Amino acid sequence: MTNAVWDPSQPILEIENLSISFFTRMREIPAVMDFSCKVMAGEAMGLVGESGCGKSTVALGVMRDLGKNGQIVAGSIKFKGRDLVTMGEEELRHLRGSEIAMIYQEPMASLNPAMKIGAQLIEVPMIHQGMARAEALALARQIVADVRLPDPDRILNAFPHQLSGGQQQRIVIAMALMSKPALLILDEPTTALDVTVEAGIVDLVKDLGHKYGTSMLFISHNLGLIMDVCDRLCVMYSGEAVETGAVAQVFDDMRHPYTQALFRSIPLPGADKNARPLISIPGNFPLPHERPNGCNFGPRCDYFQAGRCDAGDVAMADVPKGDRHASRCVKWDEVDWTAAPKARVVKEKAPIGKVVLQMADLKKYYEVSGGAFGGGHAKVVKANETLSFEAHEGETLAIVGESGCGKSTFAKVLMGLETATSGTITLFDEQVQSTPIQRRRVDTVSSVQMVFQNPFDTLNPSMTVGRQIIRALEVFHIGTSDTERSDRMLELLDLVKLPRAFAERMPRQLSGGQKQRVGIARAFAGGAKVVVADEPVSALDVSVQAAVTDLLMDIQRQNKTTLLFISHDLSIVRYLSDRVLVMYLGHVVEMGSTDQVFQPPYHPYTEALLSAVPVADTKVIRKRIVLEGDIPSAMNPPPGCPFQTRCRWKSQVAGGLCDTTMPPVQTLTGGHQIKCHLGADVLAKMDPVITFAAE
Amino acid sequence: MLAFVIRRLGVMLVTALVLTFVVFFLTNLPPNLEKLARSEGSVRMTDAAVVSWLDEHGHSGSVFFRYAEWLGAAPGWVITDEKGVTRGRCIGQRDDPALAPKYCGIFQGNWGISTVFKKTVLFSLGKSMAATGWLMLAVMLVMVPVALVIGVLAGMREGSRTDRVLSTFSIATSATPEYVSGVILVVLLASPATGLSPVLAEWGWLSGKTLFMGTATSAMDNITFWNFGLPVATIALYGVGYIARMTRASMTEVMTQQYIRTARLKGVGFRQVVLRHALRNAMIAPFTVIMLQFPYLLNGVVIVETLFNYKGFGWMLVTAAGNNDIEMLLGASVVAVIFVLVTQLISDIGYVFLNPRIRLG
Amino acid sequence: MSFLTPESGWADMIEPLSWAAIFGMMAKQFWPVWVALVVTFVLSFRFKRRLGLYGKLFDSPVGIIGFALVMFWVFTALFANMIMTFDPLAQLGSVKNPLPGAVVPEGAEVQYKWFLLGGDHLARDVFSRMVMGARQVLIIAPAATTFAFLVGITLGLPAGYIGGRLDTALSFLANLVLAFPVILLFYLLVTPEIRNTGIPVALAAILFLIPIAFFAILFQSRFHTNPKKRNLYVGITLVLGLWAYSGLAFNADPLGVWGMEPNLLNVFVSVVFVNAPTVFRIVRGIVMDIKSRDYVAAGQTRGEKAWYIMLWEILPNARGPLIVDYCLRIGYTTILLGTLGFFGLGVTPESPDWGSTINAGRKLLSMVPHPAVVPALALMSLVLGLNLLADGLREESLKD
Repeated sequence: MTNAVWDPSQPILEIENLSISFFTRMREIPAVMDFSCKVMAGEAMGLVGESGCGKSTVALGVMRDLGKNGQIVAGSIKFKGRDLVTMGEEELRHLRGSEIAMIYQEPMASLNPAMKIGAQLIEVPMIHQGMARAEALALARQIVADVRLPDPDRILNAFPHQLSGGQQQRIVIAMALMSKPALLILDEPTTALDVTVEAGIVDLVKDLGHKYGTSMLFISHNLGLIMDVCDRLCVMYSGEAVETGAVAQVFDDMRHPYTQALFRSIPLPGADKNARPLISIPGNFPLPHERPNGCNFGPRCDYFQAGRCDAGDVAMADVPKGDRHASRCVKWDEVDWTAAPKARVVKEKAPIGKVVLQMADLKKYYEVSGGAFGGGHAKVVKANETLSFEAHEGETLAIVGESGCGKSTFAKVLMGLETATSGTITLFDEQVQSTPIQRRRVDTVSSVQMVFQNPFDTLNPSMTVGRQIIRALEVFHIGTSDTERSDRMLELLDLVKLPRAFAERMPRQLSGGQKQRVGIARAFAGGAKVVVADEPVSALDVSVQAAVTDLLMDIQRQNKTTLLFISHDLSIVRYLSDRVLVMYLGHVVEMGSTDQVFQPPYHPYTEALLSAVPVADTKVIRKRIVLEGDIPSAMNPPPGCPFQTRCRWKSQVAGGLCDTTMPPVQTLTGGHQIKCHLGADVLAKMDPVITFAAE
Repeated sequence: MLAFVIRRLGVMLVTALVLTFVVFFLTNLPPNLEKLARSEGSVRMTDAAVVSWLDEHGHSGSVFFRYAEWLGAAPGWVITDEKGVTRGRCIGQRDDPALAPKYCGIFQGNWGISTVFKKTVLFSLGKSMAATGWLMLAVMLVMVPVALVIGVLAGMREGSRTDRVLSTFSIATSATPEYVSGVILVVLLASPATGLSPVLAEWGWLSGKTLFMGTATSAMDNITFWNFGLPVATIALYGVGYIARMTRASMTEVMTQQYIRTARLKGVGFRQVVLRHALRNAMIAPFTVIMLQFPYLLNGVVIVETLFNYKGFGWMLVTAAGNNDIEMLLGASVVAVIFVLVTQLISDIGYVFLNPRIRLG
Repeated sequence: MSFLTPESGWADMIEPLSWAAIFGMMAKQFWPVWVALVVTFVLSFRFKRRLGLYGKLFDSPVGIIGFALVMFWVFTALFANMIMTFDPLAQLGSVKNPLPGAVVPEGAEVQYKWFLLGGDHLARDVFSRMVMGARQVLIIAPAATTFAFLVGITLGLPAGYIGGRLDTALSFLANLVLAFPVILLFYLLVTPEIRNTGIPVALAAILFLIPIAFFAILFQSRFHTNPKKRNLYVGITLVLGLWAYSGLAFNADPLGVWGMEPNLLNVFVSVVFVNAPTVFRIVRGIVMDIKSRDYVAAGQTRGEKAWYIMLWEILPNARGPLIVDYCLRIGYTTILLGTLGFFGLGVTPESPDWGSTINAGRKLLSMVPHPAVVPALALMSLVLGLNLLADGLREESLKD
């Protein structure tokens, strides 16, 4: 390799005026335009933006892996001084995997299912360094230990499907590190993982980056994660970099309206749905072939000035005081960036009424057959164990937990898609725990409805939006004639703030946020009193999340709806819920008002969860608590306390009680419940996870 | 794994029993039996004579019981007529009725006697199956490698020129059933009047009249390239198209997977990406297809053996069916059904072995 | 080619045709087909952006070729009476296997003077038989495939959606039929003897009932909230369905509009019987995939009945792969029908269908190839067209 020529004080990666387009039969679609950025040795550079902004395309452009349709149309990508754009295939191949390595979003998909882990790892040094097999295997063993995986020999001999998601991602990282690359590109490496697993991976990436002196290009939509990992960042919008600089500078002294709007739309600690509601960015992300003249963000910008902002292409301008801080805004010098947002409507807090839903000792067990061919014994999965709570009219109750905690099962039982194994569900004055939905009365069905997680899945792709809402009205016996129902459908579209013309559209013509609004309209078609919202915004972009959340809250205020908000995202939970219920492996481990749950004393799991959620605020200080290992399978839960395998407080409980006995529910002051063996004295001594730095 | 195989075998057995019963039922329908009576007895029998002939030959009574008899799960019929002669299903002409076994069905190895070939069914079946075995072997040896190579080459670079050419070829062959390709091949290569042969003969390159032989009858005794080439090519062509298309589909899908990108971005060369990373994953689906292709081969075999007059299993099946040879037809169906079921079993087990993601119970 | 030179002496006044002239005349005979094709293509290209998947087909060269081939035969079948030169059953003269371009002997009052593609061993016109054969194939193959689809869908939906014992039982039955070698099944089911036993009629009675049930449930599940509409649609379905049913299954249509020859019924039932299990398996697989989507869950939480979800939420979204398979399957059914004809099963010997014509022609194949080669090429081009069409559709539907 020609490393000798390269001077380490020069950037490892220098992208200049890069433009990438995809070519379809109809037109050229520019995905990245005039993008520049520099990554110095040992530096971690973050690329942040919403989906479709071109951040992943930049990464693939660096790898020169744009597929058949993608093409670099202008600019240069210099890696250690050599231009990748003009490099030949063979030379490029030597660089890939040895000097530049990449880590992707889906760990399962990026490992070859038919090859053993070991074989996939040793390939890298065998190709690039011509290393002998035994030597490569020894190296693989060492790197697997480096990424903190237990029992490296067993893992090297395993197939990918035999590992958990977190372990797989560690293997992908190990594979990237096999030949000690100078540049590591990480494309949303933790998006597919649970929060507590994500925290471990993030820590690992940071540590290894320091250990090997690797430069990183870290792509994420999550500002908090960027703050955790990166030194510098580059905010992208609609194919362009709009602001770049050191993390602290961009976070605290942003000089681009989009960056500002982004921060105002994410729920940071201190936001409140009534007193300080989030401000969503108006309008929609422009499609690549419908970008406006001049500034791409112009039509959605508060500071937009006709004749200036839409006059012509806007270039990046250096912000003098900063450390390589630049912004693509013609007015960056004029705007008062510290002024408080004008359009913040303070809303009245809705009163909380009588109990509408009560669950008492609800249990749901499933029987599943053993192996793939039914050879093994039937196993019982305890999806929900002794679930008890009450929900009031007009209240938002958040149900928090990671995968496998049983929150979806609980929703199914409540909706009547499954019946409870034991316990009772009292809905208004009716016990419904063993009434499947087919046998429920129409008004019972219409009063409990659901908003689903995946916007791309929630609407039937082959039926118009209007038809789908009308169908709900028909089934709920609302309206006596077709015209009456059609009018009601249009009113529902008004309710969710969608234009009436959308009634005739097919779902594929709608954006994710719009689809989610239709889903909400459909759920409220029968005047639902209790709405289960299963992660309704987690698949949406940040700027849209705020708008959809606000809409839900508004409708709730109007209709005094009880909202059961299922989520794994503690930021949004803290922002909008009145009470919180934390679940782990089918058990409610903690329940209380939002303040109680987010302040000590915590259940150890809540504590870890709180610490794991990245917060995009430089003033917030988080205590780092990284859980060991993965979430146990619900098929095979540990004995005693379900959380005992990962609990850092376990040693504080005498007599190994955690290993053997299910902890009792302790009720603290104010009805705050914690299911833990820890004594009151220990609980009282807990420190808060999140504190604000003194200003 | 063992539990799986045992369960699978159980289902197979039930399937085989049901299917053979259906065949038994359909071949022993009253009109077929009447035809049998008239052909074995006399053509001008009265209806009453037919009934009594059937009675005397054990063809009356419940179909279930007769099926059990045929299987060998129920005792064979025994009748003593007015002359005092005792005859029965299990009693040969010269045997002593007292010494004859009680059960004699296919379980006991008694598959009956063919009315057309005048030999035992087992003997005729064995001979014809051996002939067909050679044919199938040759077909497999030609078809599978060719199809896999075409499929992989086409699928590894979707949309390339190689892909278009090979895909068009495989679509064309899979649109050409055996009775069409057979006809065309004969006209082109085995006709003294048309196609290639007259041209070659004119140039003096041919010793005989035609390049290939239009019949495969001589291949019964001595297989040569010239008498076997066309039947094999005819069956293989249709299968090549089908398997190649499946392989291509599987290959193109695998080539778009993330792990292929991972391999590529690890710096693995294209050849190695295809050979080491893509091939095994891409073979899982076609393997099942190849195994399930066997039953379809049976179709092709019947057509080709008829077309080329090769006296194998298919030819025999057609002859038996055309001549109301009930015992023969039943025997042939047993073989065919078992053949299909075994290929399905192999396909299932092979799938499990090829695909590490499936855990064994 | 050796049969280029016509044998001299067997036509006195009129010269036999050269190959160029043969093709010229054939092209002329097909004029209604050309007109129809041009109209179809011009209209389709003009409105292709508004025609959904069908319109997108015209973006794919493979799809266009396939569609053109298929439509060629569809129009040929439609306008067969205008295209063919002779009665396909008429024996013209006593010379066996007249060559392509040969002159038709005088005597019969005929409008045309030549055998365009020669004659067969009974001196029937090969060209006219090929054209008429297209009509036979293009009536039975799509109809049988449609029935097989309705049966496969009606059974595959609940098997995939409800699962459990119902699935186990239906899948076992499907595998049972699939484990049967097709040829053997044909030899057992398509015999003259079996007609006397009433088995085909019984099978038809069951199979033909399923489409009626399908449409009745389709409307019932959708309009049960609106009894007036429901009664109208279900009523129309039942009246039309049972009317056709009486004619097709039992040949007892009181008005005599619907009816099927017993021979044909036999073939039809067997082909449906062979195809339905494969469709069943495909539908079942797709349903298992789609049923985990949120919009299905939304239907369930709304309290929709199972059949509504299966027919109105799941089925429309399974249409892509089903349309592709439908095209492929018509081709496969065409091959099956040809196989039946090839073995002389279930069709009358004089029938012009391509399979039996190939069978009749193969006896003298190496000496006079044209009676077998012409229908063989016709069948091949139709199936090829269907396969290309399916490929084009698959490619374009994946691009969405």
